[in-house]
Amino acid sequence: MTSIYHFLFVPVTIGLAFLTAVLQTMWHRRGQAAYRRLTRFFGTLLVINIAVGVVTGLVQEFQFGMNWSAYSRLVGDVFGAPLAMEGLAAFFLEATFLGVWIFGWDRLPRRIHLASIWAVAIGASLSAAFIMAANSWMQHPVGYTTDASTGKPQLDDIWAVMTNPVFLWGYTHVLLAALATAAVVMLAVSAWQLRKGKHTEVFARSAKLSLAVLAPTMLLAMFVGSELGVVEARYQPMKIAAAEAQWETCQPCSFSVFQIGGGNNDQTPTQVIEIPHLLSLLATNHWNGQVIGLNEINAQYQQQYGPGNYVPNVFIQYWSMRLMAYTAVVILLLSLWGLWLVHRRKLETSRRFLWLATWAVFLPIIMNTAGWMLTENGRQPWIVQGIMLTADGVSPSVGTATIVTSLIVFFLLYLVLAVVDVVLMIRYARRELPPAPAEPADEPPVPAAIP
Amino acid sequence: MTLVNVWFIIIAVLWTGFFVLEGFDFGVGILHRYLARDEADRLTVINTIGPLWDGNEVWLVVAGAAMFAAFPGWYATMFSAMYLALALVLVALILRGVAFEFRGRDTGTGWRRTWSILLVVGSVVAPFLIGVALGDLLQGLPIGSDQEYAGTFWDLLQPYALWVGITLVAICNLHGATFIALKTTGEVRDRAKKLAKRLAPFVAVIVAVFAIWTHVIAGKGVLPNIVEIAAILAIVAAAWFAGEERDGWAFALTTFVMAATIVSIFTELFPRVMVSTNGPATDLTISNTASGSYTLKLMTVIFVIIFPVVAAYQAWTYHTFRRRLSRAEFENPAEE
Repeated sequence: MTSIYHFLFVPVTIGLAFLTAVLQTMWHRRGQAAYRRLTRFFGTLLVINIAVGVVTGLVQEFQFGMNWSAYSRLVGDVFGAPLAMEGLAAFFLEATFLGVWIFGWDRLPRRIHLASIWAVAIGASLSAAFIMAANSWMQHPVGYTTDASTGKPQLDDIWAVMTNPVFLWGYTHVLLAALATAAVVMLAVSAWQLRKGKHTEVFARSAKLSLAVLAPTMLLAMFVGSELGVVEARYQPMKIAAAEAQWETCQPCSFSVFQIGGGNNDQTPTQVIEIPHLLSLLATNHWNGQVIGLNEINAQYQQQYGPGNYVPNVFIQYWSMRLMAYTAVVILLLSLWGLWLVHRRKLETSRRFLWLATWAVFLPIIMNTAGWMLTENGRQPWIVQGIMLTADGVSPSVGTATIVTSLIVFFLLYLVLAVVDVVLMIRYARRELPPAPAEPADEPPVPAAIP
Repeated sequence: MTLVNVWFIIIAVLWTGFFVLEGFDFGVGILHRYLARDEADRLTVINTIGPLWDGNEVWLVVAGAAMFAAFPGWYATMFSAMYLALALVLVALILRGVAFEFRGRDTGTGWRRTWSILLVVGSVVAPFLIGVALGDLLQGLPIGSDQEYAGTFWDLLQPYALWVGITLVAICNLHGATFIALKTTGEVRDRAKKLAKRLAPFVAVIVAVFAIWTHVIAGKGVLPNIVEIAAILAIVAAAWFAGEERDGWAFALTTFVMAATIVSIFTELFPRVMVSTNGPATDLTISNTASGSYTLKLMTVIFVIIFPVVAAYQAWTYHTFRRRLSRAEFENPAEE
């Protein structure tokens, strides 16, 4: 649960860090004051958001030991290494240079100040890389040998962990999704400002920039996502079969666009709209590819790992897959419409588009949460695919009451923080821009400090 | 020297680094209301750590992650045993972290007051509970032969562990005061120096008791060792330097006090990592909780490459933001 919450804020942070860096680079290159004002504006949004992202990241790092001690004990040898590298290589970079960037506006040479926002962006995406490497290992364990006496997996090839195909595709997918998320946020904020008719010239630029980023990233994200699907169909056939609610093996397979029924207790959906061959194509890259059904994989796993039910919750799996994909399509269409309006030079005046673009801010949140559910739920009942069941990973010494209490506390705390964070971001986003400096080259020193 | 020993030292260094750096952040958080007469004073004090605290807090994350990678057994037992305590630490750190950020987002006095008080509370609770946790490692907890914790939350609150918590909070206060004196001018600086002088005798007594108690717990007699005696003398000297306008020396000395305190806990612990009250056979040690040799080798290479870089750019940050702050900068809070 906490990881879902964490995942709400992190993509915005990673993406926004990059976009802010891009804005500042444009200001640096072209010297136009508008970019400087935009950098400040979106930089502040970034800072408000990062405050929450960093501290909830701390919780992530600690809770493996707190809630999942049996898991940590068993796989710490492999799983701990990427986390420690994340702390050393990424967190230090991100946190240190964020401080430098916020407070360095008038104390640093411009070049170094610009470099520090890039350091933040790189740190943020590096940290995502290590955490995704660790997560991908849970999805598809590689690069380890099992110790004969203790039965613990021991790392023996870090290169294999860092070139895990699930990681390479998954990380690219997440990075693109993060960039798209931030682009949508930037678009929504700019659209809101344009609707109010304030600073039209400035915010038209940021709207155009966000659209120019959004359309290609979204397209790439979808392409990489479908490649990831192929990779996962190979290593985690259960996940893909469940996402398609495909109980029986099929060849060629149709993609179901919409269905009623078909959950874990009901293998025959009542109403299905299907597109022939599409599933084969998505899962295997072949027109007539074979997709193995849930029942067959379950039987295989029972032979391999002993009796039990190895099917994840199919209903969640099926719908999170669709929710993610359909939202992505909507975002893509929206960005194409926006680009067309830019081409016709009507972006600033199309009230319908601006209205939609403002509310589109919720779409990537839905998309990201659904995507995360898809990959985590699809691994169940395993915590590490084929090595350890989720039920065996929890801390034996921690009582249920303790976990429930702490979950409630964290939930309430996060809820309050989320509300404050969102309210602050919205209030700030609706604020007017700080007045343009008369001469951007040497303006009066703005107090770069905690206000 | 084997890699297992090296990693015990690295982890001790990371914890020490965390307390030396974040220690004055905690101190600044605790003292920022006490040392201030008005909002401009408070802003001056908070801004002394403005660009720094976030990077300092990462030391804690890295210390935890290094334990995970090098000693998964230690990490798993310690963090699950101290579940509620660490959950509270996290709540405290979260509130403290967002307090910095959210506090300034509204000018209402009620809003600022609320976040200000949360900042103080968070800055007391976090070092206290982490101190309790470190004290528990040495005093011992009920640990079964399966390396799992067999006690409850209340078993954590042992007398020695609580004393370690008190000691760390006390040092954080002193360390924070010398830091503020070093980084500000005018009245705020004078008040910080006066506070440091007044606090010093109490802190010296607390640390002395800590040093003796640590030796008793470790079964090494009563007398503190040379480093600990030096730490106690350093507190007295810090008070003197604070009076003599030597802010840098005073701060350097409180840094030494903090480092000596943390190091002495880890020194007495070695080669154990968690003492068990069920006899030495069930103690967690560096050898029965460590990762495999490949992981340790890999992590050593990474650490040797990256850590100096991190240390260098953090030092550069301190150099960049080295100048003293005066309240004049914050008297007319410009529109953000």
